[in-house]
Amino acid sequence: MHPVLKLVVQRVALGLLLLLAVSAVIFLGVEALPGDTAQAILGQQATPEALANLREQMGLDQPALTRYFQWLGGVVQGDLGTALTNKADIAQSIGQRLGNTLFLAGCAAAISVPLAILLGLIAARYAGRWPDKLISGVTLTTISLPEFVAAYFVIFLLTQVFPIFQPVAMVFPGMSFWAKLHAVALPVIVLVLVVLAHMMRMTRAAILNVMQSAYIETAELKGLTPMQVVWRHAFPNAIAPVVSVVMLNLAYLVVGVVVVEVVFGYNALGQYLVDHVTKRDVPVVQAVGLIFAAVYIFLNMAADVIAIVANPRLRHPK
Amino acid sequence: MSDQLDQMIARVRKGAMTRREFVGRTTAMGISAGLAGALFTKAAHAEEAKKGGIIRVGMQGGESTNSLDPALAASEVPFQVNMTWGEMLVDVNPDGSIDHRIAEEISSSPDATEWKFKIRAGVEFHDGKTVTADDVVATLKRHTDEKAQSGALGIVQGITDMKAEGDMVTLKLNAANADLPYLMADYHLMIQPGGGVDNPAAGIGAGPYKVVVNEPGVRHTFVKHANYFDSTIGHADEIEILVINDNTARTAALQSGQVHMINRVDPKIVELLKGVPGIQIRSAAGRGHYVFIMHVDKAPFDNNDLRMALKLAINRQEQVDKILGGLGKPGNDFPINAAYPLFDETIPQREYDAAAAAEFYKKSGHDGSPIILATAPGAFPGAVDAANLFAASAKAAGIPLEVKLEPDDGYWSNVWNVAPFCASYWGGRPVQDQMYSTAYLSTAEWNDTKFKNAKFDELLLAARGELDAAKRKGQYSEMAHILRDEGGLILPMFNDFVSGVSEAVGGWVDDPNGELMNGRAQVRCWLNA
Repeated sequence: MHPVLKLVVQRVALGLLLLLAVSAVIFLGVEALPGDTAQAILGQQATPEALANLREQMGLDQPALTRYFQWLGGVVQGDLGTALTNKADIAQSIGQRLGNTLFLAGCAAAISVPLAILLGLIAARYAGRWPDKLISGVTLTTISLPEFVAAYFVIFLLTQVFPIFQPVAMVFPGMSFWAKLHAVALPVIVLVLVVLAHMMRMTRAAILNVMQSAYIETAELKGLTPMQVVWRHAFPNAIAPVVSVVMLNLAYLVVGVVVVEVVFGYNALGQYLVDHVTKRDVPVVQAVGLIFAAVYIFLNMAADVIAIVANPRLRHPK
Repeated sequence: MSDQLDQMIARVRKGAMTRREFVGRTTAMGISAGLAGALFTKAAHAEEAKKGGIIRVGMQGGESTNSLDPALAASEVPFQVNMTWGEMLVDVNPDGSIDHRIAEEISSSPDATEWKFKIRAGVEFHDGKTVTADDVVATLKRHTDEKAQSGALGIVQGITDMKAEGDMVTLKLNAANADLPYLMADYHLMIQPGGGVDNPAAGIGAGPYKVVVNEPGVRHTFVKHANYFDSTIGHADEIEILVINDNTARTAALQSGQVHMINRVDPKIVELLKGVPGIQIRSAAGRGHYVFIMHVDKAPFDNNDLRMALKLAINRQEQVDKILGGLGKPGNDFPINAAYPLFDETIPQREYDAAAAAEFYKKSGHDGSPIILATAPGAFPGAVDAANLFAASAKAAGIPLEVKLEPDDGYWSNVWNVAPFCASYWGGRPVQDQMYSTAYLSTAEWNDTKFKNAKFDELLLAARGELDAAKRKGQYSEMAHILRDEGGLILPMFNDFVSGVSEAVGGWVDDPNGELMNGRAQVRCWLNA
């Protein structure tokens, strides 16, 4: 078997095991939270009688272990079950919201990844001079702003001062692609501001590191322009660290943007998860947690594989 | 003078001035009260409802866990949504009178134990079926079933027998209740075809709009129900309710015109918004209130002198000014205010009195250990600040009140009803009986102050069956005195419902019964294009 293929198979198997462990941890975590679904639903209206009734109806009177394995059995057969709170089909609810999450993350990534790498290359090319300082200064400022501050700032600027966009970024089926793009413009701007600096700085650092090598000096001596040196000789050798930080940021764009979702009223997975954690709706929390864990594991795996493929020494081990 | 009058009439047309205010100010100008009243009526009706368009509402209080089952409605968005597609037997008008919806006529036996509701002919459900007395009985029956988890269970429990005959529904009660029509205005009791037994969350009712999209926690859209029985409401072609839980985004959505009305305007920014062109801030004095509750059966709160010391040690006006931005009224340690029928306005307002508080504190013989007040940001908006203000004003009276900050998450299960002294809130009820029966009767399920007073219970039950209004008012007044002087309730403030409304919206009326015109703003208002 080809070593890369073998590695991928190994990683996938390991990933599945990890997911199983994650599902157990999530279940334990939600169980450990004070109060249960029945109590969270009834809230200020909980009476012992109503609680007992509701618990029985939701099957919460069964032991935790039984509930976990019942749930696991369903998932293996592709059945995520129904939400305890409003009895909605979980797979269906998640389907659309996952699409929205990926759409937002995709838009933000499509802008931020090329932009960050380009800015990183420029910053490395002019290291220590004013373009480098300007790029680093601006991106470090935007990453230092908490997301919601950045969000309120763009809401103020682009819906009140210059009324170009809408503050509420809901998307729903039936909207045209362009209408969707227009709707998500503000959250995309915020997310780009938030993730740009990390990737940019990593690209810059990785390239500067490579620039110390002897073969870069050779390239310079044979008369290549500085940008050619950076692009043709330094960047290919800096791909591995850049890819891993890009993947980390992609994962963040998928699983970590709940604050941005809330501020813009964007109907994606983060808000859905938080609502159900508050109500201790275990099946939903499990399902979404599993999806988020899968995204993390997959992206990390992809980073590893790409790093190996990009490195001839790892690609052809002796 | 006529300039001034014109201006006032213009304000009445916009709905920015109440009848009382208008008559008061015009009579001050030398116009007779009779003429002023006539002028008001003319002004208020001068603006004709415009048909068509899409009314968009931006709201806090929606979660992706919400359901269309009216029995389960507990937060603002489901309430507003159900009021759009659903119709009840009766509703309550802003002036506190009964608004006959599906029930055309209501009558009771002289002892108020048997009530008859005549069902309006020709009211149609969204699925084309006609609303019958059987549907009404099936609906009420469903709410009596504990499996339905209905928020109205406590209301329908007292009905021992329900009968449908022709177009008449007869309800027999286990005890006299003069307020039964008000109980039927509970927002859980949406009449559903066949009682909604088969599919309670179908969203099919007899209300002015039909459900089109139901995405809990995101948005709800509706189209006009063409065969709705009442042509005076339901002016827009479509309704859209968007869930925008973030305060800033909700306000920005109103300012940028993405929505026409929003609920829960943050009191802190009301002054800033008043200057913004194109929107108006509407504040309706309601029955909801913020409270600090003491368990009267647990030390040290089992000591009435200590309770009295704490009641005197809170600066109510300061709380109203700082926590509500002035949009509310000081409370008087019983849960009733002028928004209720039969309210006794002669009960003296309790004021902040550090000296008297110190005296009661001394008299209580408390050992000087810290008195712990549990609070959380979500107990009510501003609950942490309010508790700290309370602690500061109590300190001035020498009372060692200490604030304990609890997390929002799990507050209603771990702190409320558990900690002997904590912050909480209540929405109002349409009538006094319901408010008292819900939380202050000895046997009440939600008796969160553990208040048990035989005299109080006796008065409450007597007043419930009392059809003589004057006598009833006296009974309620006596109960208010008992609760105010002996209860475990510290009620510093009644909060207003503060809404933001676009100037394009016509027909707005400030309604004390609930937020956004008691859930009906979107069906009662229209758009002046």
